[in-house]
Amino acid sequence: MTATPGAPGEARASSLTPVLTERWDLEDSFTRRVYERNGGYKALRQALQRSPESIVEAVKDSGLRGRGGAGFPTGMKWSFVPKDSPKPTYLVVNADESEPGTCKDIPLMMADPHLLVEGVIISSYAIGATHAFIYVRGEVLTVIRRLQHAVVEAYEAGFIGANILGSGFDLEITVHAGAGAYICGEETALLDSLEGRRGQPRLKPPFPAVAGLYASPTVINNVETIASVPSIVSNGSGWFRSMGSEKSPGYGIFSLSGHVTRPGQYEAPLGVTLNELLDMAGGIRAGHELKFWTPGGSSTPMLTAEHADVPLDFEGMAGVGSMLGTRALQIFDDTTCVVRATGRWVEFYKHESCGKCTPCREGFWWMVQIFDRLEQGQGTEADLEKLLDMSDNIAGRSFCALADGGVAPVMSSIQYFRDEYIAHFEHGGCPFDPADSALFTVERQEEAGVNA
Amino acid sequence: MSPSDDVTNEQSGRPEERMRSGVPPEDAAATRPGVADSAATKLDAKARAEMLEIVARYPEPRSALLPMLHLVQSYDGYVTPAGIEMCAEVLGLTEAEVAAVATFYTMYKRRPVGDYHVGVCTNTLCAIMGGDAIWSELSEHLGVGHDETTDDGTVSLERVECNAACDYAPVLMVNWEFVDNQTPQSARELVDTLRSGGAVNSSRGPRVCTWKQAERVLAGFPDGAETQGVSAGPASLAGLRLAKEKGWTAPTGGQPELDATSGEDQK
Repeated sequence: MTATPGAPGEARASSLTPVLTERWDLEDSFTRRVYERNGGYKALRQALQRSPESIVEAVKDSGLRGRGGAGFPTGMKWSFVPKDSPKPTYLVVNADESEPGTCKDIPLMMADPHLLVEGVIISSYAIGATHAFIYVRGEVLTVIRRLQHAVVEAYEAGFIGANILGSGFDLEITVHAGAGAYICGEETALLDSLEGRRGQPRLKPPFPAVAGLYASPTVINNVETIASVPSIVSNGSGWFRSMGSEKSPGYGIFSLSGHVTRPGQYEAPLGVTLNELLDMAGGIRAGHELKFWTPGGSSTPMLTAEHADVPLDFEGMAGVGSMLGTRALQIFDDTTCVVRATGRWVEFYKHESCGKCTPCREGFWWMVQIFDRLEQGQGTEADLEKLLDMSDNIAGRSFCALADGGVAPVMSSIQYFRDEYIAHFEHGGCPFDPADSALFTVERQEEAGVNA
Repeated sequence: MSPSDDVTNEQSGRPEERMRSGVPPEDAAATRPGVADSAATKLDAKARAEMLEIVARYPEPRSALLPMLHLVQSYDGYVTPAGIEMCAEVLGLTEAEVAAVATFYTMYKRRPVGDYHVGVCTNTLCAIMGGDAIWSELSEHLGVGHDETTDDGTVSLERVECNAACDYAPVLMVNWEFVDNQTPQSARELVDTLRSGGAVNSSRGPRVCTWKQAERVLAGFPDGAETQGVSAGPASLAGLRLAKEKGWTAPTGGQPELDATSGEDQK
């Protein structure tokens, strides 16, 4: 590389770096007209003048890691696709954003669907796919409309279809709406769902890169990952690496929700800290203090105020026993009962378990019973040991990561808030008033109830 | 077509749609796909042709099943035995295979749904920010519980899981459109408007259409409403607005060897 714009870490922390979110405030940002007027589809033209291999190399060099939670290096994932397969290669975009707290891909696709479409075209070109699917969760009608329309507009402009911009490259894109199943965010369950089956995970190996959709080579990437590709192609891997940290380069959307003054989407270099983000978001709700938070959705072990200065990157979060996940920062203040919060998450995992693996299907069902008892003040310390024991028997003993994710809030809440669990026994019930946590004044106390 | 036309034409004189969902007889039929009630279905030759259109979008026909089931709901309001039969026939599957898929996903309903499906997020974050209070208010006000429909067939109520709008908590979904930053009072007013046939605007998208119209979009038949609503809501823009106020940007990019062809850079 002849010129590396910016020094590593130049834009690290304490400031924001809008790239993916940059166009969101434009009127009609979701149209091709506005997208092109603001630099859109230039990266596609650049990419088509280069070899597919050089795009894969650029993404590899950038160090981009999957933005859907696991953080696997994207370029490496792409390079696993066999070059000599007699079967077609597919690109599948995982737009099934459902991890509790995660709310970045949905606004991205609502405001700037062409950015995703451009990323899909470039990525398909890089991996040699001629048919790409955008699997979007069904429960977001406006987003689905905008995606459908963006794809139609891109076809009209000759960006999708046969012989794209005279390059000889052909691509079809299909927008596919899901039907309500968290598990379909797991990549192999997503593939089964896209094949018209119940969304249940597959045993790996074989990995999707070798045998994915229709047992053909398939790359599955998150929306934000694919949407990052055009900027890497345009600006170079050095530019991308000038943000973030060495092992977690680049920018990402951080989603702040809960007891924070200005919740919302904040796009920053990886490695920003919760305290820095809270400063930008006006801090914790007035008159209250941070109690616990998730760094990347409910499946990432919760943290407390003592972790608010730890860099929000893959290494920083792993270093404190959690995970960066989807950068879904759910923030809870001192009015929140951690037992109530955890119990509700466990109910979610029980509801969303696909039922394939016994430890997950049965384990979360029993955990819900225990949490009901705990929240009503009828538990004992033996129940806490039971929960930890069950957690050991659920995590790592099922096909997919739903099981591991589901025990994360259980284990971490007992780790940090054992005393609060015990206070429920001593108090004979929940010592918190749920009305205090609500963002509005509850007119009738009885309606705020935890078992509403 | 206005939502009210849809209501009048498609639902009058259909007692099963008026029935409050307990365990109505058609539920038993829905779980036994072989027992089709042809009188209860609107699926016709046009629907069958549309199913074939969906099939043509995919390299392998079975991939069409999920959108086809959305299409069934756009005609019949829920996954009827006749809908299962038609999907099976079009795809060359058994009805049991189709029913196995239909029963896996929560968006597919096995009982008639009201014209307006109201989902209250009661996952942890929304619940704690006030979603539980909203749920209690609505359930009591409407006199229905989870996955039940009001006697007049207008509103179905459901506790939904996280819908990816946490920065707008507490959130309601009406026919899968976002209704942001709710309170018990605003939610009560919303369902009252829906029941009285008034128009309801979603927070970031268009005016709320009917359940059946929404299902048609999910099946991949656009309704042309994509330009309605904002580009992004206020919370989605919180970071961007702050960055602009402070003059924060991503570093200037650009690969020298490509500048000649790219003109002005994206960044």
